[in-house]
Amino acid sequence: MPEPILDIRGLEKTYKGGVQALKGVDLTIRRGEIFALLGPNGAGKTTLIGATCGLVNPTGGSIEAFGLDTRKHWREVRARIGLVPQELATDMFDKVIRQVRYSRGMFGLKPDEARIEEVLKALSLWDKRDAAIRELSGGMKRRVMIAKALAHDPELLFLDEPTAGVDVELRRDMWKQIDALRARGTTIILTTHYIEEAQEMADRVGVINKGEILLVDDKDAIMAQLGSTEAHFTLESALADIPAPLAQYPLHLEDDGKRLVYRGGDGTGAGKREVADLAKLLVQQQIAFTGIETRESTLEDIFVGLLEDRQEVAA
Amino acid sequence: MSSYMNWRGAYAILRNELLRFFRTAFGSIVSPVLTTSLYFIVFGSAIGSRMAEVNGVPYGAFIVPGLLMLTLLAESTSNASFGIYMPKFTGAIYELLSAPVGVAETVIGFVGAAALKSLIISAIILVTATLFVDYSIAHPVLALGYIVLVAAAFSLFGFLLGLWADGFEKLSIIPMLVLTPLTFLGGTFYSVDMLDEPWGTLVQVNPVFYLVNGLRWTFTGQSDVPIALAFGMTLAFVALCVATIAWIFKTGWRLRE
Ligand SMILES: Nc1ncnc2c1ncn2[C@@H]1O[C@H](COP(=O)(O)OP(=O)(O)O)[C@@H](O)[C@H]1O
Ligand SMILES: [Mg+2]
Repeated sequence: MPEPILDIRGLEKTYKGGVQALKGVDLTIRRGEIFALLGPNGAGKTTLIGATCGLVNPTGGSIEAFGLDTRKHWREVRARIGLVPQELATDMFDKVIRQVRYSRGMFGLKPDEARIEEVLKALSLWDKRDAAIRELSGGMKRRVMIAKALAHDPELLFLDEPTAGVDVELRRDMWKQIDALRARGTTIILTTHYIEEAQEMADRVGVINKGEILLVDDKDAIMAQLGSTEAHFTLESALADIPAPLAQYPLHLEDDGKRLVYRGGDGTGAGKREVADLAKLLVQQQIAFTGIETRESTLEDIFVGLLEDRQEVAA
Repeated sequence: MSSYMNWRGAYAILRNELLRFFRTAFGSIVSPVLTTSLYFIVFGSAIGSRMAEVNGVPYGAFIVPGLLMLTLLAESTSNASFGIYMPKFTGAIYELLSAPVGVAETVIGFVGAAALKSLIISAIILVTATLFVDYSIAHPVLALGYIVLVAAAFSLFGFLLGLWADGFEKLSIIPMLVLTPLTFLGGTFYSVDMLDEPWGTLVQVNPVFYLVNGLRWTFTGQSDVPIALAFGMTLAFVALCVATIAWIFKTGWRLRE
């Protein structure tokens, strides 16, 4: 395996108030990959990023980026890392292009108008370059934050919840931007609490909860392991047993046979497809139903599942 | 240990701060100029015309360095404190903390810009003063040096204040409760021998007293205290601010979690 771009060992962070946000995290990121850190609010994602980027002083463990210790070689390391924070935090009264120039300068690079233009164009901000940032929409503001983080051509980019609170259309747009970055060879670590996002974007996924990494694996492996779909068919008349033609599906009856329940699939959408097939089959079999309710497993369900698995292993 | 200095980073911060100043230049310049003009009208022209000379200096000219000091202290402190407080308030500080800039670059950028702003305002005030009173500067080079030193010292002080403050009230309360009284009681409008005891003695524990007298000496050649003492006190204040800042950054106090 080539040398990792980021190597985190036993990282711990206890905040002054006593909250233990990271409990000995080990994580290795490969050069060129898109890594999604998936976890609910309060899992420690932002703290992990903060510790790597210099915003948070770790209380234990070590972090190496580009083979350099981030504390000892903080200047070299920081010059090569970009950070897009969770919040839209910048001087809102300033113009777009000025803020991007400012970021480049702060990271020690000499002015390069051609490069600034390139970054702004790539993010469709060029036409807005002289606008005050506060006049832009939320999605555009977030792009300004990305442009600032890219102004010094970082090799490693952190995106903290790039699509939190962003509507579906903008989210897809953001995914395209991230894809374009990958094409340039930038290594990207993004955090999210949307399974769908990890699924759409990442090469590998790490699941974090309560300051601990629960598992790290290739996206496809994780998705197959994680997700599930639950569908409830409300039947017109009660069934005594599951009819034979439906036996291949993970089904059972509830509510005295009036409700047919499907529980299966994985995080890759297989469940949804099976439910659709099942609906067709019910029609063919002339089993009338008056309603279908489906529900994808949430991140919470997944964590509960993962923790249960762990406890079984431990027991 | 990384040791090289990120000069471009320091310059970028300084430039950004100055651009912010010019963006709101009208307000930033008009308000101190207006305030000082009012002082000149009231104390310089209206009252000053009925006042005797102070140690051979006409009262109007006597108060020029004092008023300049008043503005210099207030502007340096508020410019620098707001300069560093704003990114803390908006969260934009994240960028500074994640950038390859250390204490030196941050201080040069923010304090340098705040001091430069004060110097610009000082120049404007000195020009404005010529409209109201006749004055001359006895030691122009030393006067400039002194103004620069005081601007730097109080910009450092303001920077500390901005680092320490966790709300807008704290930003304004120190200047209001500490700086303004010290300036008014620091010999801005009078010579120490115009004061009765115990005030004449008490004033000598007021650091601003030395600043005002140091600057007055460069303007009029007159000072209530030995000039070496005035300069020494000013330098000691700068040193104290620098040391405190270095300590704060070492411990990451209130900036890094
Ligand atoms: N500055 C702070 N001071 C004290 N506790 C904090 C601070 N920042 C975060 N925490 C706590 O640390 C835990 C992890 O937070 P965070 O890293 O922001 O999680 P995430 O980004 O995954 O939502 C939470 O319990 C949070 O309340
Ligand atoms: Mg977070």
